[in-house]
Amino acid sequence: MSLTAKDVEEIMKLLEASTFDRLSLELDGVKLELERGGAAPPRAARLPREAAPAPAANPAPAPAAAPAVKPRKNGEEGLIEITSPLLGIYYRAPKPGEPPFVEVGQKVDTETVIGIVEVMKLMNSVSAGVSGEIVEILAPNGELVEHGEVLMLVRPDA
Amino acid sequence: MSIRRILIANRGEIAVRVIRTAQALGLETVLAVSEADRGSLGARMADRALCIGPSRPGDSYLRVETIVQAALGSGCDAVHPGYGFLSERADLARLCEQENVIFIGPTAAQIEAVGDKLRARTEAIAADVPVVPGGAVASPAEAQALAAEIGAPLLIKAVGGGGGRGMKLVEDLKDLAATMDMASAEAGAAFGDARVYLERYVAQGRHVEVQVLGDGRGNVIHLGERDCSVQRRYQKLIEETPAPHLPEDIRAQMHEAAVRFAARLDYRGAGTVEFLYDVARNQFYFLEMNARIQVEHPVTEMVTGIDLVAEQIAIANGEGLHLTQGDVRINGAAIEIRVNAEDPARDFMPSPGTVSSARWPDGEGIRVDTHIVDGAKIPPFYDSMVAKIIAHGPDRATALARLRAALGETRIEGISTNIAFQAESLADPDFARGGVDTGFLARRATRAAAATGD
Repeated sequence: MSLTAKDVEEIMKLLEASTFDRLSLELDGVKLELERGGAAPPRAARLPREAAPAPAANPAPAPAAAPAVKPRKNGEEGLIEITSPLLGIYYRAPKPGEPPFVEVGQKVDTETVIGIVEVMKLMNSVSAGVSGEIVEILAPNGELVEHGEVLMLVRPDA
Repeated sequence: MSIRRILIANRGEIAVRVIRTAQALGLETVLAVSEADRGSLGARMADRALCIGPSRPGDSYLRVETIVQAALGSGCDAVHPGYGFLSERADLARLCEQENVIFIGPTAAQIEAVGDKLRARTEAIAADVPVVPGGAVASPAEAQALAAEIGAPLLIKAVGGGGGRGMKLVEDLKDLAATMDMASAEAGAAFGDARVYLERYVAQGRHVEVQVLGDGRGNVIHLGERDCSVQRRYQKLIEETPAPHLPEDIRAQMHEAAVRFAARLDYRGAGTVEFLYDVARNQFYFLEMNARIQVEHPVTEMVTGIDLVAEQIAIANGEGLHLTQGDVRINGAAIEIRVNAEDPARDFMPSPGTVSSARWPDGEGIRVDTHIVDGAKIPPFYDSMVAKIIAHGPDRATALARLRAALGETRIEGISTNIAFQAESLADPDFARGGVDTGFLARRATRAAAATGD
């Protein structure tokens, strides 16, 4: 059997009405992972190759490990780097056409989701890992980032 | 389809080796590296290096999805898996197939067919390739009948055992019934499974393997054999071609058997069919097939003049075989030693660290495959094999003399290596005579222990 979009909708409603934050369902080779409060993944084409077929259901981002936060000297003293916790395709927004997770000048805290890194259709949300203000966004949207690549610079709260 | 850019999903000397051939073919290379390998020679040689994760292989080199994502995201049309890591993982080959990335190797189905020992044995029998005589027995009468067929000495092995456990040797068939009762009772107690099977015991065996190339459409050629009998705890240390003093009819039969086996699978790419040569009985048996480029492939390249990595790429590119069997000529002999970063004086403990200086040999017939240069780091996370020194000559004696001289020139500072240990093995009169069996290193160790009174 396979899951229709309607099935997934139903399951999402069930999860929403429940007291659980995460749901992982596996049947007959179909794997569905849902997470409360997770953003829908982007449907952007993977560059530079053709877009992958859209998955039947948009899995919510799996929480990625907290990114490594390193102090950085880049013109301004005391800026902190937010680096990608894994190799994948970096997306600034939950979906194409939607506003980015964060913009320059915005305040973030350690838990703020600042982007998504996709590894073979598995969406991993990246949180800031630091409290402060976004000063610069370095990684280009929709492109491959390495493990440890700097995504953004943050001026930490004093 | 045409390969232009290759992602190399490996590290160390084989990454460097694949990059060299790719560059010679005018192809671009992207090397997947872990954090520990960011500064490696391969990372500097490749057109681009991509960090795929932390140093532990499970977080980087063994991640199928990350590797394929790295290939897609960097615009690679093909993935070369090297050896080890993901090279014989059907799921990498399959994910590449699904994503239209060329996997430089066999199909996922072929990897599965040879990866399962029982299935591989069934395929061998079907291809009329000899296997070690033996089988399961349900009753004492069956055991007697099978034992008479196999002949003594034979082994009684527990179905639930493995890795040398649950084995009993029967030297005289009149002891069979009693030993079987004991083996069965012990197996039941030790493994919760009293079933046993019989297998011919090879007291004196040589590990001889045949290099094959297949186009994936049933055409297969062989590039001669390699003798890898110098092993320590099932780890190969010295490899050579041709196999010394192997009877010519056996050599030819092995080549033909390997081709039959691979052709039956419509095997695609470079592969190796391993055999055990039973010295006393002058027979050989199929062991397994390795569906990848092997560590010891350079000895074959030295005597044939064929670049196996280039052939792998050409086959993956759909060009088929560039050569017919008649084009393959064996010129002289070649011997390889593996240089491991380990300390023979401390029971071969791995010796990671920084190589302060590396002086590798050169000269006529000498080839060194390595990623170790001055200042190179040997991280503790990976295999300890850091180089291969290969010598070629018009005959075995010349190749051996060149290899021994080359080892004398080699100076690696900052870490311990097994080079002196390897030089002693090469100097052993039995090795110089050629054709040693797999017990060679164990016998040397026993003699050395006796001499020092340990």
